[in-house]
Amino acid sequence: MADNIDEIIGKYSNAGRSDLLDALQEIQEFNGYLSEDAVVKLSKQFNLATTKIYGIASFYDQFRFVQYGKFHIKVCNGTACHLSDSKPVIKELEKLLRIKHGQTTRDAMFSLEEVPCLGSCGLSPVMSINNEYYAAVKTADIKDILESLKKSDS
Amino acid sequence: MENNLQFLKEKVLLNQTAAFSKEIEEKLKILRHEKIIKPIIYVGASSCGLVAGAARTISAINDYLCEKQILADIIEVGCIGLCAEEPIVDIQLPGMSRISFKRMFSEDVANILDGVFNNTIASDNVLGQYRQKNLQAWDNVNYIDEVEFFAVQRRIVLEYNGFINPTSIENYIAYGGYRAFVKTIYHYTSNDVCKIVEKSELRGRGGSGFPAGKKWKIAHDTASDQRYLVCNANESDPGAFIDKSIIESNPHKLIEGMAIAAYAIGAGKAYIYIRNENTLAISRFKQAVEDAKAFGLLGENIFDSGFNLEIIIKKGPGAFVCGEETAMLSSIEGKRGMPRFRPPYPAERGLFGKPTIINNVETLCNIPYIMLNGPIWFGQIGTKSSKGSKVFTLSGKIKNNGIVEVEMGTNFEEIINKIGGGIKNGKHFKAMQLGGPSGCCITKENLSLKVDYEEIANYGAIMGSGGIVVMDQETCMVDITKYYIDFIQKESCGKCIPCREGTQRMLEILEKITKIPKDEASHQTLERFKGVMQLEKIAEVIKDTSLCGLGKTASNTFLSTLKWFRDEYEEHIFDRKCRAGVCKELRTFYIDVDKCTGCNACMRKCPETAIIGTVKYPHFIVESKCTGCGICFETCKFSAIFVK
Repeated sequence: MADNIDEIIGKYSNAGRSDLLDALQEIQEFNGYLSEDAVVKLSKQFNLATTKIYGIASFYDQFRFVQYGKFHIKVCNGTACHLSDSKPVIKELEKLLRIKHGQTTRDAMFSLEEVPCLGSCGLSPVMSINNEYYAAVKTADIKDILESLKKSDS
Repeated sequence: MENNLQFLKEKVLLNQTAAFSKEIEEKLKILRHEKIIKPIIYVGASSCGLVAGAARTISAINDYLCEKQILADIIEVGCIGLCAEEPIVDIQLPGMSRISFKRMFSEDVANILDGVFNNTIASDNVLGQYRQKNLQAWDNVNYIDEVEFFAVQRRIVLEYNGFINPTSIENYIAYGGYRAFVKTIYHYTSNDVCKIVEKSELRGRGGSGFPAGKKWKIAHDTASDQRYLVCNANESDPGAFIDKSIIESNPHKLIEGMAIAAYAIGAGKAYIYIRNENTLAISRFKQAVEDAKAFGLLGENIFDSGFNLEIIIKKGPGAFVCGEETAMLSSIEGKRGMPRFRPPYPAERGLFGKPTIINNVETLCNIPYIMLNGPIWFGQIGTKSSKGSKVFTLSGKIKNNGIVEVEMGTNFEEIINKIGGGIKNGKHFKAMQLGGPSGCCITKENLSLKVDYEEIANYGAIMGSGGIVVMDQETCMVDITKYYIDFIQKESCGKCIPCREGTQRMLEILEKITKIPKDEASHQTLERFKGVMQLEKIAEVIKDTSLCGLGKTASNTFLSTLKWFRDEYEEHIFDRKCRAGVCKELRTFYIDVDKCTGCNACMRKCPETAIIGTVKYPHFIVESKCTGCGICFETCKFSAIFVK
């Protein structure tokens, strides 16, 4: 795995500051998150302090510093979903998984993320698990959905 | 394939005559899929369609075709705009006009296709048929342009969305695409283009409504060895998906608009800053750029005109503030996306210190039409001060969720009631939010307001990017304000104190008034009232003292809801009641004595021990202890607990 990060970073050997975000995105796409190791390597490549890179990365919503779970749950909290009660859905997930949004469970099975808009306001509230969409989610169904995911994994 | 491309280049694009010869017209018909030998099935597969289940519909269609041994093509198209009725599938049989079906889920596929292939369309799923010359129309099927959703619209930017194949450059050119660009680079100087756009009075659709031509002229006249064009597609306000939908449905139109704009200002490099989450839009745009490059419409020395253009895609890593132009430039430069002081305006000194023009997706998509039909044609559409059309997204408690385009001057009542089909589930209209978190609410009494920059500004609102969120009586205005302030508070970049701290304080105060204080005796009550008294002042200060558009408009929602729904705020503060029943912590629960069986379940679950009673006898909730968490309400199997 480490080799590949080097490979990605190697591609940016002639790059300037304006390519930093692209490099960060590419690493995150590959790894799922930005590891300490990657940030250190990037800082050498771009000749920028690690704090600076961390400062830039943490400014943006996209970048994460912890690994996603096996099942990554995104719950839409756009206006339309908010109006159709997306908050209780998030609350229920937080209660069942015992994590807050933005976190990953300790067994690395689930991670939860609140996203601005999944672009399907007609079917709100919407959530997606590993890019499979669940439309018009009810709080009562969530337990079953999580159970079936656990089962499908074991 | 190779043959087609050459034909399109030589006979269509380079042939700037008004009418084509019959032979060319015939060939174009094939490329437009008007003359076909086997049926074509078009499936709406943009984000909204895919969420609704378009992928399952496609595989069901494939299964059906295999089983019945029918040879047909399946083409994935974009979004026609009626997101609430997805998956939308169009079917075209040879010689017949294209017919459109709504809500075609995988289980409906066999039924509907049976009907079409046996010429007996008796389905509730029919949306309508297209009006197409030289093709035979279906009997007893209404035309799609007669459907009220489409009838009131004036589609310019969205013209072929959901109709043409977004991944086929041939299809786009066959429908008249890239003609404007070729005409521009052959027949006009960059100065001419600026003048034409200025004359058309096209105003930027991103929010502020600054005349596009004027801005271009400034960049054009600033001496520099390099200039840049940036397309702003960082649409991140919740409830707006215009840019995403346009790019997913017709990416070539945007490329054409960008190319003309870049030519006008003399830019050799154009950036598109698009939100990273819009993966489908990014991949379709990327593909379109590659196709255009292969065709020679992008790159070095385009069509031997001497004009070079490179389009670079920058994926925005998710920050609302990057929609502000100077913040976007910082982000492209690889820095934190924080706004800068203006002036100097980006048109004079922008990206990497060079003159830069930043335009919104919708603005740029208008350009090809202006170049093709002339500024006078464009000037005839719309009102005196606002020309052309405007795209809106409709979401919230409205029947026809989706993306629509109307002529400037249409009033909002028509948009909500005619195009939008009114409110869902027989509820009543309460208000609509125009322009997302930075926008304002428009009440029922003001729905006669027209879509016009000046008129909207006089009312005290902004056009914004064009997201309309509709609310009914079950929406609490305090809660929705809290939601928007929470959003802005999270998205504030932190540069200016009024915006960074002020929005946080506003959120805290709003949170306090949507909650019953646990203890009236402590300083909480005093703080609460102090907060309420200062809320309006904080809002004004944020508005007056922030640097960028995000901060300046941060308190708009609050100020406008306070203006129109002051009684609701007062009700929350003094009576501790939320008439919509949304603010959960203001609810008071009661037990219906007749329904309560005394099962004891609620009593055991109550975290505040606010429920008292003996087994088998009706229980009672102690109001002063209840925090309104609602656990008892969810627990009760006899629905004996109710909210008042």
